[in-house]
Amino acid sequence: MRDDILSRKTAAIPPSGIRRFFDLVSERSDVISLGVGEPDFDTPWHIREAGIRSLERGYTFYTSNAGLAELRREISVYLEKRTGCTYDPKTEILVTVGGSEAIDAALRAIINEGDEVIIPQPSYVSYEPCAVLAGAKPVIVELREQDRFKLTPEVLLPAMSEKTKALILPFPNNPTGSVMRREELEKIAKIAVERDIVVISDEIYSELTYGGEHFSIVSLPGMKERTVLINGFSKSFAMTGWRLGYAAAPHFILEQMVKIHQFAIMCAPTGSQYAAIDALKNGEADVEKMRDAYDKRRLYLLGAFKKMDIDCFAPEGAFYVFPSIKKFGLTSEQFAFGLLDDQKLAVVPGTAFGACGEGFLRISYAYSLDDLKEAMKRLAAYIKKLTQGEK
Amino acid sequence: MNEELLKLIEKSCVIDTKALAARTGEDEDKLAAEIRELQAAGILCGCHALINWDEANDERVTALIEIKVTPHKELGYNRIAARISKIDEVSAVYLMSGAFDFTVIITGKTMREISRIVMDKLAIIDAVESTATHFILKKYKENGIEFVQSADDRRMSITP
Repeated sequence: MRDDILSRKTAAIPPSGIRRFFDLVSERSDVISLGVGEPDFDTPWHIREAGIRSLERGYTFYTSNAGLAELRREISVYLEKRTGCTYDPKTEILVTVGGSEAIDAALRAIINEGDEVIIPQPSYVSYEPCAVLAGAKPVIVELREQDRFKLTPEVLLPAMSEKTKALILPFPNNPTGSVMRREELEKIAKIAVERDIVVISDEIYSELTYGGEHFSIVSLPGMKERTVLINGFSKSFAMTGWRLGYAAAPHFILEQMVKIHQFAIMCAPTGSQYAAIDALKNGEADVEKMRDAYDKRRLYLLGAFKKMDIDCFAPEGAFYVFPSIKKFGLTSEQFAFGLLDDQKLAVVPGTAFGACGEGFLRISYAYSLDDLKEAMKRLAAYIKKLTQGEK
Repeated sequence: MNEELLKLIEKSCVIDTKALAARTGEDEDKLAAEIRELQAAGILCGCHALINWDEANDERVTALIEIKVTPHKELGYNRIAARISKIDEVSAVYLMSGAFDFTVIITGKTMREISRIVMDKLAIIDAVESTATHFILKKYKENGIEFVQSADDRRMSITP
């Protein structure tokens, strides 16, 4: 066969770091995993029922490409309530197959070959490959622990050039749990306006913040018209398997995204869209209940780390903690593999989320308190061995 | 009243102040004192495990019995209920509104045993007018716990 049979761009993308780790985990038994990045809660029953009802009524056909009109209206109402911005449901909202599709479509809608996209890391692993596939040159900026893993002008500005087209803004952040508050976003917004770049704001964890409500960059003057806001139902309503997200953006960008979406996907799953209408209309109390549960677990883990004398920045969003293991003199991978071998506890090495994740672990608290307790027992035992030099 | 504490205790069948302290972030001694207060006030009345006996291959039978009574001056609802409650096999007694007066839940080894309890112990209570016995065929949910749903983590491994 000819040797250029594969797309060079695709073939050059390395496999996901998380995947490699979990292939190993799945080969072993008795492993407690704190690696999963999806809620442990079932989708609230009334939302499931709305999905079931849609099937019973025979809503088994495609919807319009951009999504059910009623769902887009509900998304618009929701966004207005949360951000103060009015999005026209007819021309500025696209219902996608998860937030992931929206990230891909947003990048492909704006990138010309060679454009630069700034990607803060550690962050979700899709941004970089999606940017590459769209033809962009990803420019990585490091979020620093000393900045509480927030994006600051000090790290952003040196990374910008004439070619900078867009900035990906991943807050509340996976894997660090960091959030950005209004004053911090104002500085970033000022740069975005001055340098005339697009912001792709991935706010999939927006409902999961602790000790303060999420603030979206679109709420700042001059930002709505240059931001693609991405959100979805997976994390907030525990609906990962329904595959439903959305993008809200100015019409001139959104209409390009709709083209990509309609030719690649047609439309998001119909039953999921009906369920999502119910989620937005009636799901607020469920979100609150889940948020409270996550918050308890977050506080439990931070307390447990403190007892074990593990340094950990106190995260304010998502459902991850990102403790530092630098003092143990091991790399993230060495630590994680050692923990897996020695105590059968799986956590994700920070390096899976970018090279600057070295020295950290991502621990998900989308697990019951009982699981977390057992896991912390195992972590404590491992650390005891490490510090007593038995390993 | 510490409702959260009660809910936590309700979910586990032992009162473990150390575990409760870890979960609530409150002081262990303070929790122990609070629990003693709740017990003294008759709010915390016991700690039980919820067992799905059907799955334990136990042949026991549970029946729900509707009872109509005619209370009179010497024997009002409370005293009738007290008498019914004294029967060992009775696990619950409720005064009801509507077509009958009491719901009583009885667990026995066999249907025959339950019939005997109804005939020999319940029906003979002065003031009991009639009984209707309904046998429980299968339990799906009890005390907020679904018996039929698997509690396994159904999340699958996925990238990213």
